[in-house]
Amino acid sequence: MSAPPIRPIPSSTPQDFHAWPDAHGRFGDFGGQYVAETLMAPLAELAAAYERLRRDPAFIAELDHDLKYYVGRPSPIYHAQRLSALVGGARILLKREDLNHTGAHKINNTVGQALVARHMGKPRIIAETGAGQHGVASATVAARLGLKCVVYMGSTDIERQKINVYRMKLLGAEVVPVTSGSKTLKDALNEAMRDWVTNVADTFYIIGTVAGPHPYPMMVRDFNAVVGREARAQMLEDYGRLPDAITACVGGGSNAIGLFHEFLNDPGVRIVGAEAAGHGLASGQHAASLAAGRPGVLHGNRTYVLCDDNGQIAETHSVSAGLDYPGVGPEHAFLKDAGRAEYVGVTDDEAMEAFHLLARSEGILAALESSHAVAQAMKLARELPKDGLVLCNLSGRGDKDVHTIAAREGVTV
Amino acid sequence: MSRIDARFAALKVAGRTGLIPFVTAGDPAPEHSVALMHALVAAGADLIELGVPFSDPMADGPVIQHASERAIARGVGLAHVLGWVAEFRQRDAVTPVVLMGYLNPLEIHGYARFASEAVAAGVDGVLLVDCPLEESSVLAPLRAAGLQLIRLAAPTTAPARMAQLCQSAEGFLYYVSFAGITGAAHLSTTDIAARVADIRACAKAPVAVGFGIRDAHSAKAIAAFADAVVIGSALVERLAGAGQADEITARVRGFLAPIRAALDAH
Repeated sequence: MSAPPIRPIPSSTPQDFHAWPDAHGRFGDFGGQYVAETLMAPLAELAAAYERLRRDPAFIAELDHDLKYYVGRPSPIYHAQRLSALVGGARILLKREDLNHTGAHKINNTVGQALVARHMGKPRIIAETGAGQHGVASATVAARLGLKCVVYMGSTDIERQKINVYRMKLLGAEVVPVTSGSKTLKDALNEAMRDWVTNVADTFYIIGTVAGPHPYPMMVRDFNAVVGREARAQMLEDYGRLPDAITACVGGGSNAIGLFHEFLNDPGVRIVGAEAAGHGLASGQHAASLAAGRPGVLHGNRTYVLCDDNGQIAETHSVSAGLDYPGVGPEHAFLKDAGRAEYVGVTDDEAMEAFHLLARSEGILAALESSHAVAQAMKLARELPKDGLVLCNLSGRGDKDVHTIAAREGVTV
Repeated sequence: MSRIDARFAALKVAGRTGLIPFVTAGDPAPEHSVALMHALVAAGADLIELGVPFSDPMADGPVIQHASERAIARGVGLAHVLGWVAEFRQRDAVTPVVLMGYLNPLEIHGYARFASEAVAAGVDGVLLVDCPLEESSVLAPLRAAGLQLIRLAAPTTAPARMAQLCQSAEGFLYYVSFAGITGAAHLSTTDIAARVADIRACAKAPVAVGFGIRDAHSAKAIAAFADAVVIGSALVERLAGAGQADEITARVRGFLAPIRAALDAH
């Protein structure tokens, strides 16, 4: 008699999506620490400090206090009834991160990292920014904690986000224009890394998205995961059940992972990330790293990137500066390959249409980034019955984009 | 014995300090890249570091960033770089060539494909700035094909980690003289000397020192305790804008000759 064949592990075995990253900072094949040798020591120092703090009840209490009294959490879930009726499908629910102090989800992360910086005794913080929301959120917490703040921003972005540049200056930050490469977010990140490598002793680098080398993708996710934790509890309390689908826009992917993470182990919840399809995926002028890119190495981690056959990182296009990034957080790359989340493109035009529809039907000016998520929520709502529930992360408010929209539509303000 | 090992062995016998110039492949003029490599050897280079242009060179200062941008704008990619090395090898079978750069061009090219093409072209080693020891398992096909993996050590490298790096060093160990980017300011020779002495006590491989060495004076100061000096940004800056082969050759000679002389006077 021969022995029975060894069976493979059934593919239906539920995977614990909350178990990542592993000890090496990897999410499956993605993540890691692809940085210059000089940064390995400060990354180890940061990882050790964060590992200690994330389990420290006093730190958690300090963070919760700041989130409640400074950021203004929890943010509500708002039922966009008129928008839902116009779309004519499931109920569209908005997680109102736009109501946070400074007007976006970015503050969840900067409040957390600034506390880490203070605990590590670093008097100077640096940050990169695309749309300026993370720069403003960094300048804000730096002002509050009395830390020196330098923000790197591509000169193209400085031009299209003047209001945020001035806000940062009002908050006491120094804004350094970056004129290398495509002069946008990716180049700002390069320059911030160069600053960090030069000033490692006294400087804390507050990365604004779930990219960069480990432990950043994990740490930034953890600080933004408050969005999903609140939302899941609010859904159960207000609607008695979990949503059928959740969606958020994905540039680097911090607001998306913030919403998604708490729902990853709920197999009944469909998860859809909306990437910037710009002028359309076929046009080549977009920023949809997951929908149209390939695995590569950028900014310290292995992830999906947009690049040519020589490995040169592509210049991206999106109407929204905050999504204009040729990489994406490694956890999203992992969730895509694991089949747990879908990533689809939303064009500039679709985002603009959603922006106007939301403004006129609900009295909410969404950020152009978030308008991509709203457009995707509308698509999902159309696919579901009227009693369905689609939860959309309204990650930021659109005041910063008013000039961009006016210019796009030929209006002089 | 590899070309790199043979060259360092010969330097040791001769009692000379190695001179390792870095140039960005394809800059200042892609069509004269091979002529540039021969000019480097003629002016006293013991080993050539050839930078593979990358769009997002996080560890490089403005001089090498701009050189990369210029080369990329001319369409320079990995295939060109390998082609130039192969052409260089037709007339120079002994000078080691190390490709220096970032991981993504290799990742996209494919590690196994790169390894066999690089060996066929006559590349001796690779130095990947954004691939620390912990992530280097992806480079296994390179080592299997016979390429030496040059490791970097930095002022911030902790002692236990330094021991690991010394252990795994192949060809030579590249000591980054200060925490910063290529081409940046000033050197503290005494700090570097102490660190390099520690490394030489534990590493079998020779130690090259780079970052911040700009001229004969700084090269000579480093030569007092290092096996080789690497000079990049200052040379790239000197070459910028040179369009003709004879002009490139003249600038290389003008820049490297005094440095070579200073090293040999040591």
